[in-house]
Amino acid sequence: MFDVAVVGGGVVGCAVARRFTLQGARVVLLEKGADILSGASKGNSAILHTGFDAPPGSLELACMQAGYTEYLEIRDRLRLPLLESGAIVCAWSEEELAKLPGILAQAHGNGVAAARMVTPGEILAREPNLSARVLGGVLVPGEHLIDPWSAPLAYVLQALANGAEVRRNTEVTGGAFAGGAWRLETSAGPVACGTVINCAGLFGNTLEALLTGAADFTIKPRKGQFVVFDKAAARLLRSIILPVPTERTKGIVVTPTVFGNVLVGPTAEEQDSRTDAGTDEATLRMLAEKGAEILPGLAGMGITAIYAGIRPATERKEYRVRQAPGYIALGGIRSTGLTAALGLAQHAWGLYAGAQQPVANLIWPQVPVLAEHGARDWQSPGYGEVICHCEMVTSREIEAALRGPLPAGDYGGLKRRTRAGMGRCQGFYCNARLAELSAGCFAAPLAVGGAHD
Amino acid sequence: MIDVAVIGGGPAGIAAALALRARGVERVAIIEREGSLGGVPRHCGHPPFGLREFGRILTGPAYARRLEAKAEAAGVEILLCHSVLGLKPGGVLDVATPEGPRTVKALRVLLATGAREAPRSARLVGGARPLGVLNTGALQAYVYLQGLVPFARPVVVGTELVGLSALATCRGHGIKPVAVVEAGNRATARWPLGLLPRLLGIPVYYNSQIAEIRGGTRVESVLLRDGTVLDCDGVLLTGRFLPEASLARLSHLVVDAASGGPAIDQYGRCSDAAYFAAGNLLRPIETAGWSFREGWTIADYIADDLAGGLPSTEGGVEVVAGEGLKFVVPQRLTRVTQLRGLMQLRVNAPVSGQLRVRAGDEMLACQHISTRPERRILLDMDGIKIPPEVSRIVVDIAP
Ligand SMILES: Cc1cc2nc3c(=O)[nH]c(=O)nc-3n(C[C@H](O)[C@H](O)[C@H](O)COP(=O)(O)OP(=O)(O)OC[C@H]3O[C@@H](n4cnc5c(N)ncnc54)[C@H](O)[C@@H]3O)c2cc1C
Ligand SMILES: Cc1cc2nc3c(=O)[nH]c(=O)nc-3n(C[C@H](O)[C@H](O)[C@H](O)COP(=O)(O)OP(=O)(O)OC[C@H]3O[C@@H](n4cnc5c(N)ncnc54)[C@H](O)[C@@H]3O)c2cc1C
Repeated sequence: MFDVAVVGGGVVGCAVARRFTLQGARVVLLEKGADILSGASKGNSAILHTGFDAPPGSLELACMQAGYTEYLEIRDRLRLPLLESGAIVCAWSEEELAKLPGILAQAHGNGVAAARMVTPGEILAREPNLSARVLGGVLVPGEHLIDPWSAPLAYVLQALANGAEVRRNTEVTGGAFAGGAWRLETSAGPVACGTVINCAGLFGNTLEALLTGAADFTIKPRKGQFVVFDKAAARLLRSIILPVPTERTKGIVVTPTVFGNVLVGPTAEEQDSRTDAGTDEATLRMLAEKGAEILPGLAGMGITAIYAGIRPATERKEYRVRQAPGYIALGGIRSTGLTAALGLAQHAWGLYAGAQQPVANLIWPQVPVLAEHGARDWQSPGYGEVICHCEMVTSREIEAALRGPLPAGDYGGLKRRTRAGMGRCQGFYCNARLAELSAGCFAAPLAVGGAHD
Repeated sequence: MIDVAVIGGGPAGIAAALALRARGVERVAIIEREGSLGGVPRHCGHPPFGLREFGRILTGPAYARRLEAKAEAAGVEILLCHSVLGLKPGGVLDVATPEGPRTVKALRVLLATGAREAPRSARLVGGARPLGVLNTGALQAYVYLQGLVPFARPVVVGTELVGLSALATCRGHGIKPVAVVEAGNRATARWPLGLLPRLLGIPVYYNSQIAEIRGGTRVESVLLRDGTVLDCDGVLLTGRFLPEASLARLSHLVVDAASGGPAIDQYGRCSDAAYFAAGNLLRPIETAGWSFREGWTIADYIADDLAGGLPSTEGGVEVVAGEGLKFVVPQRLTRVTQLRGLMQLRVNAPVSGQLRVRAGDEMLACQHISTRPERRILLDMDGIKIPPEVSRIVVDIAP
């Protein structure tokens, strides 16, 4: 019998599992995928937002700022990276220029005091490779970049190390609440718990309907496609270049990544499917061109990767957080969940109001350093050999990711834990080696069989 | 201090090391990131390799082993599992080794890091991202190095030589390609090799491209632009080679956007005269035998250079790929009284016309040419005289 079952191992569920575990609750995390981060949290822009442009007075803003603060507090102990890039909201037309004062006022109103107007001269002094067409901007020094996969991994590893249980390949298919306790039906057998925390992301309403009979919100999946440029592009840019947002979306961002690439995206495409994170050539081309308009040096630069993520948006803009007896929903965490996750977890703990004693001697596991500016594994001797040359991933790192308390559950999980296969050659040199090293580890192996002569 | 550090132990790098030793250069080191020498041929378990070098036809692995044995016998220092990560002015290299990072200094450095096929991302092939989408290089490593297969019924994209070689690899290992998809209106590889798919009973879709890859965990089908859906469990993306030039791109060296490799002069010298380059890094793509010979030739120049024999790069002439050409190598000519050697060219589309070398309005050379993409095109520089005031020549094809 668990105090709480967290349903969904996205970034929100991982953060919630951590918070509740540290507060002393007996926690089980149930994830239907072969690994954590099987949904919306798989692909995002990796920005740790200040909340400068979030709706004033919203729960979203409060959770983003609490999440931001906690991330900075805990990141050293979990060995999570931070690239203090800063962001510039750039205006490219008179119309956009006219919106900057409003953006600045909102930032100040949201408590982001360091935000300020910058002239084209200042912008170009800071970012000499940016298109000289820029008309002005708002500088937000506190916008930072993080590793979108290591962060949730660290949260869930800390939960595990301090007593939580994580069950993957476990889909919640129904449940009944009686006498103050749940009996959840899952694809891997029943689970008993006092409270369910719905962190099912893109399936948040489906889960809510399964558990409570009807859902309070509707998920409206919104896809965002990205293009990742080669590491040679990294020297073109230091800051996150944000567009002036519209009602619907934050717009297309050009940003460095902690891994040393330049990322252009995302789009905002409404769709019915919650799982189809497909890309299309026309859109990818548009993104590459858009990127080169803003950062002309991107023209002709190699494209390392293409991907898409799906936002768990709903019919309304705000987070869909609600509580019922034995039930808390953290739904519709649309486009700021990476930042807000730790804050949402605090908020959920507040709603739960548990009487447990916090864990006394907290264990702080450390995640592998994958950021380009950090001390990577290959820099310390005894790593065996380099398996992925583009991203300099060692056999020691691969072996660690395939073992340990939460081994990679599929190839995607291995890539997210190590960066193997994520570089410019996308596996030309290392894919076969990875197939050999991961043989027997995944339900969906890289190789489908042996080669017969 | 090393005399010459060769980065990359493929055919080009090994040939260069052998040539340098043959010229009496004392300390020659090959720095190779893999656990053995040989380069790409290590995982091409098929012929033909070695005709030029050993006078007989070998499989890739046999050829790689021979090259490795030769390098050992010649007293070349071989540093395996050493990855070069940075090139600094004057021949200083940042190297990752299993014993920890180190710096290697050499009087001269030869870059011979080869080429690889364009992955899905660089081709902007849309759709889902299931398992089973890979390049020929990876397929061959599965089959020949690991004894594994990544799919059973792939769609094969491309009809360059390497794509046809992939069909042979599949056939030999129980993989049954369901179709070949080619963007052009005929096979890229020369007749009669282009007939191979038909001989094997594999349908070829010309003027076709993949619009979308479909599948969940694994590839389930591909959608072609004309609406055709092909059921399959993998996609093999062949050809469209790119120089493995990231080292150069991240360094101070000038890289030619057209070839994708470092810009060189007729001696293989890069923009920093301590650095030379040879092999498929220079241009996509040539055979192993060609790369071997090129490595040997450029190493000869390096030996001349160490002996004080190469002319200064001062006042060089820029070579520009003009109309109709994809790239020209070398991209710079060092001024000498008697130009020698070959220019290597490629085109983007089938073309026939006059291949011209011009300085302003002055015609320096002209010859008829009829060719197609990916075909080797050579232009003999012997006899080309560049007027003293000229600092830029243009090579192009006039219809
Ligand atoms: C294109 C894009 C860009 C973004 N950029 C940023 C950014 O720069 N900064 C930022 O802060 N945020 C960003 N975000 C937002 C952030 O990625 C999301 O808010 C966050 O990932 C939502 O996480 P989640 O845990 O709520 O949902 P999910 O990640 O979808 O997690 C839900 C999990 O629940 C599992 N699940 C579902 N149903 C069940 C069930 N019945 N039983 C068991 N398991 C189940 C799923 O498999 C999934 O793993 C971006 C999002 C997108 C799409
Ligand atoms: C699938 C396939 C089939 C082919 N079939 C044939 C054939 O049948 N016949 C034929 O003649 N040719 C064939 N070729 C072409 C042939 O393999 C190449 O022409 C030849 O290998 C080029 O030699 P190279 O020395 O320039 O480069 P490579 O062979 O690519 O060698 C480059 C070496 O550099 C190393 N390296 C790269 N970067 C670094 C670094 N930073 N630090 C240290 N080391 C580094 C690599 O590990 C590699 O060993 C084929 C190619 C492919 C991909």
